[in-house]
Amino acid sequence: MPVADYARVVWAIIAKDAMVEWRTKTAFLSAMVFAILVLSILFFARDPTAVSSLDVAPGALWVTFTFAAMVGLNRAFLLERENGAMDGMLLTPIPRTAIFVGKMGGNLLFVALVEAISIPLFILFYNVSLAGRLPQLILVTAMATVAFVAVGTLLSAMVVRTRFAELMLPVLLLPFLIPPVVSAVQVTARILAGRPLSEMMPWLKLLAGFDIVFCVLTVLLFEATLDE
Amino acid sequence: MTRRERALGTARTGQVVTAISLLALAGVFVRALAFTPVDRLQGPAQKILYIHAPVAFTSLMAFAVCGVLSLIYLAMRDRRLDRAAAASAEVGVAFSVAMLITGPIWGKPVWGTWWTWDARLTSTLFIFLLFVGYLIMRDAVIDPDQRARFSAVIGIMGLVLVPFIHLTVYLFRTLHPNPTLLKPSAPSMPGVMLVTLLSSIGVFLLLYAGFVTQRYAVAALQELREEEMLRDS
Repeated sequence: MPVADYARVVWAIIAKDAMVEWRTKTAFLSAMVFAILVLSILFFARDPTAVSSLDVAPGALWVTFTFAAMVGLNRAFLLERENGAMDGMLLTPIPRTAIFVGKMGGNLLFVALVEAISIPLFILFYNVSLAGRLPQLILVTAMATVAFVAVGTLLSAMVVRTRFAELMLPVLLLPFLIPPVVSAVQVTARILAGRPLSEMMPWLKLLAGFDIVFCVLTVLLFEATLDE
Repeated sequence: MTRRERALGTARTGQVVTAISLLALAGVFVRALAFTPVDRLQGPAQKILYIHAPVAFTSLMAFAVCGVLSLIYLAMRDRRLDRAAAASAEVGVAFSVAMLITGPIWGKPVWGTWWTWDARLTSTLFIFLLFVGYLIMRDAVIDPDQRARFSAVIGIMGLVLVPFIHLTVYLFRTLHPNPTLLKPSAPSMPGVMLVTLLSSIGVFLLLYAGFVTQRYAVAALQELREEEMLRDS
């Protein structure tokens, strides 16, 4: 299949998912409310006389992103299970990998939107001054998000067909989030403290390596999760 | 020979191997406690090494075996590979529990703390949790073919994840003793202790083989029973 056609298929799936979400907004609103709640609760989970809010800020931000993203990831393939929508997609003459890349694109869009709203709230709540370092924060957020959306999309494709689907995703996904989330927290802490880029490099390299390896691996493994 | 008889034969072999390795294990314990000198710095606590290091090594090897078998399963789609991968993961989890219990018992007198977020400790904990998740997921899938495919996917991803987890926690400082056995230069341990440690590793590998063989046979019998129930209903 030519690249242009492949891209068109991927885009059609992203647009479909975005449209479904736009019409209901249930998952997005839940994820947003959830994100705000987690950000505020974690603010109070410290002794304000002993620990400054900036010390807990990186961890709080990434716990928020992780759990808010999980709400969206859980939903991604749940939609396709209803009325056998997945079977319909599998019957169309398109490459299986395009379905996966499309679903992953939809999830990326969802998580990116949640993050785009959470970051300003985070800056407001935790009284963070970024002073021109926002692009760095966006870069590391993008890198870590790609990592956990790739793994999350693949796992979500499987867990929706198991019993206790909503319970299974966090149990399976969280071990895979350790490298990207720990790296992201480490880099975020250094960005907020205004440290030089050289101090972040080992973590950024790890994150980039994880992105590349798991994006390729999840695309390759997706076909094995489909029922013949 | 029917499939049932064959599975029962495999179970019998597993039992024999397990019995032999348990006897050998008793021998290793006697050797470790009575015929191996006490460590000058760590005292009697060092004896735990003869259990801790072998179970740690065997459990990590068990998870690696699970990952490799998963990969071969996806290529060949032979159900026996899936059964063996699951058996290896389950025995690996059991050995990990032994590792995570013996570790703190040694850590308290030697490090002065039951638990610390040391690199190797942390990565083995995460790998253990990952494979507990693998086993939970196997229980949550009803269709055997689907279960085999899903498990294989998790097994392969787990295999790839391990170096990343290790790298992540390695970027934090590590407290663990430096490698004494598997390192480029000669092992830094007196010969008597080394022999005890190596024989313990050998015994635990044999125990692993015995457990996996039995677990494999049980899985085969389970599948047989599932098929019978499907036919009867």
